Amino acid sequence: MNFDLSEDQEALRDGIRSLCEGRFTSERVRAGFDRTMYDELDATGVFSLRRDGFGWADTGIAFQELGRALVPGPLVWTNLAHGLQGVEGVTTGIDLLSSPVSIVTDSDEPDSTEPGNANRVMVEFGAHADSLVGLTEKGIVRFDLDHVHSSPELDWPLDPLTPVSVLERLPASELIAESALAAVWRLCGAVLTSAYQVGMAQAAVETATAYALDRHQFDRPIGSFQAVKHLLADMAVRAEVARAAVDAAAVTLDSTLGERSDFGNDEIPAEVVRVVAGSRLLAGEAALKNAKGSLQVHGGMGFTWEVDVHLYLKRAWMLNTVFGTPVENADALAASLR
Amino acid sequence: MDLRYSAADELFRDELKEWLAAALSEIDPAPDRDDWSARVDFDTSWQKKLFDGGYAGMNWPREYGGRDASPSEQMVFLEETTRARAPYVGVNFVGTLHAGPTLVAEGTDQQKTEHLPRILRGDEVWCQCFSEPGAGSDLAGLSTRAVRDGDHYVVNGRKTWCSFGHVGEFGELLVRTDPDAPKHRGITWLVLPMDLPGIEVRPIETLLGSSEFCEVYLDDVRVPIENRVGEENDGWRVTNVTLAFERGTAFVTEMIDALQMAEELAPSLTDNSDKRELAHVVAELDALWALTKRNVSQAAHRGLPGPGAMMLKLAYSEAREKLGEICMRVLNRQGFDIHNPLVEERLRTLSIPIAAGTSQIQRNIIGERLLNLPKERPWVVSGK
Repeated sequence: MNFDLSEDQEALRDGIRSLCEGRFTSERVRAGFDRTMYDELDATGVFSLRRDGFGWADTGIAFQELGRALVPGPLVWTNLAHGLQGVEGVTTGIDLLSSPVSIVTDSDEPDSTEPGNANRVMVEFGAHADSLVGLTEKGIVRFDLDHVHSSPELDWPLDPLTPVSVLERLPASELIAESALAAVWRLCGAVLTSAYQVGMAQAAVETATAYALDRHQFDRPIGSFQAVKHLLADMAVRAEVARAAVDAAAVTLDSTLGERSDFGNDEIPAEVVRVVAGSRLLAGEAALKNAKGSLQVHGGMGFTWEVDVHLYLKRAWMLNTVFGTPVENADALAASLR
Repeated sequence: MDLRYSAADELFRDELKEWLAAALSEIDPAPDRDDWSARVDFDTSWQKKLFDGGYAGMNWPREYGGRDASPSEQMVFLEETTRARAPYVGVNFVGTLHAGPTLVAEGTDQQKTEHLPRILRGDEVWCQCFSEPGAGSDLAGLSTRAVRDGDHYVVNGRKTWCSFGHVGEFGELLVRTDPDAPKHRGITWLVLPMDLPGIEVRPIETLLGSSEFCEVYLDDVRVPIENRVGEENDGWRVTNVTLAFERGTAFVTEMIDALQMAEELAPSLTDNSDKRELAHVVAELDALWALTKRNVSQAAHRGLPGPGAMMLKLAYSEAREKLGEICMRVLNRQGFDIHNPLVEERLRTLSIPIAAGTSQIQRNIIGERLLNLPKERPWVVSGK
């Protein structure tokens, strides 16, 4: 048992961090997702860490840094899809290694009994994806892209950095991998999304603390007031506790999966469900509450378009709909306690 | 990063489990909470059993009777003793988790030899004499005075919230030795033999209707100079060593205990919102256990625990509060009986956000020492 980062893991973290600080500055990130950004990320190897011999814990560390910089794109989905390469029995029919991939989960299935478009299917990065995959009861499916690319995009998506295609119905699909692999995708996708959110929560602590030191009112930095200081302390605790949860979940995935890509016909161990759902709950909460905390510390500036705070908050909301909502994750954790 | 235990750790676990099963079958049922002489016997004889089995002072040096165990063995020990429902540290709390670690870090050779093995054997019960009626959160504002008189300090003052004051044979005592120095620089840490003339102990009845805290009145108490731990007027630094142990590790046992309690509560819940709230608490406690492992790993490999050590107590307080409220809701009218263990726990745990630095003080510490935010300006009486 050694739950400290290894030297290699620290180097990985620092490497991705300096990459983000150099290339994915606030200005660049605010320009939104594009192919160049995707290619640069791909070139760093963040999508293929697993194939290059890194574990989920390492991948999680990299995703914490991507989240800290709020790097846009279908990052988690692309990383998962890259893991399909070489998996026995999987025929993707596309070159995933050079394609952004977006995804819809089975919870996006429109309810056919609902009239009108109340249940439009929202697909992040749908218009930019070379491939659209989904998780269903049966397994991982690939959707027909023509329908996706011909569907309109929201002119004002909640998060300006996450374009959203609006589909009237789910397009036709073909099964590309069995349910055992889909089950593992749910777990790994949950951990990577959570890792990204922990990075977002950490960024909120850092920017809000810097602002509280810089901003003066009543002739002193507002960070000296306990009302503000305590808000920041709670944010710091939330980020650090969520980080421990996410790292523990990633490490548990590594140790229970080992070399395998799925659990086969075995039931997913309750300890894995518990630690993954727990990390999802805490990271989702940390990203959301810390973004709101940061908004509060920034005062009026936090309510502007100019300051990045709203981008973190909006992303936190969006990400809390993927790989299990908070309620679904709480239910999964509760069920694992039986 | 790896949470798995090595084969050697698992071997240690097996030995420990076997030992625990045998040792626990030999002990009497826990005594009534108000029968203090029975409680002292019960807690100290368990401590002696641990010592004889080689499991006392897991992280203490061998030369003073400890085991000098690896971080993973310490974690295994905490996991297995909780799972086996071994007796809680009880009256050995201050000795094993507070004063003892402070002596290990700061004591003289003579102090270590004299006290450490006896603490580990359950031969010595300690109490804490830190807080005063006028010095709670502002502990450094304490006014109990110690004046040098030959080879003694003559101590006068009044201490409060002394854990186990009525059963302790030694106290960890903070006194002011230089009233003219800035408040943090005039404090000294002393070992107080509780049988010295001039000491009067009065129990405090808490909202549980019981008394594990006392007031201690000190009237011309003569404490030998060799009882000083650290240098004269350097007691605040020594105190922070003590408090770091208290905030960093002393809560770990009850944290795992809370996790076990939450797991046991889970099957009895029927309401979905209760289940989800409990799931949240379990997620938090699981994460705090992981954070504890991180702190212990970092302390072992880097010599210093990471930022998580400062956060553990605050985060645990919050999780425990939620767990306690779920319990009261689930008990409903069965909770009218204070002898119900869950009710007693709910009442006892009201002290957690207050003891060892209130949650508000913890937030100041995190804000000022970790985030480097400035202190709030000193209060000035208006018009002056």
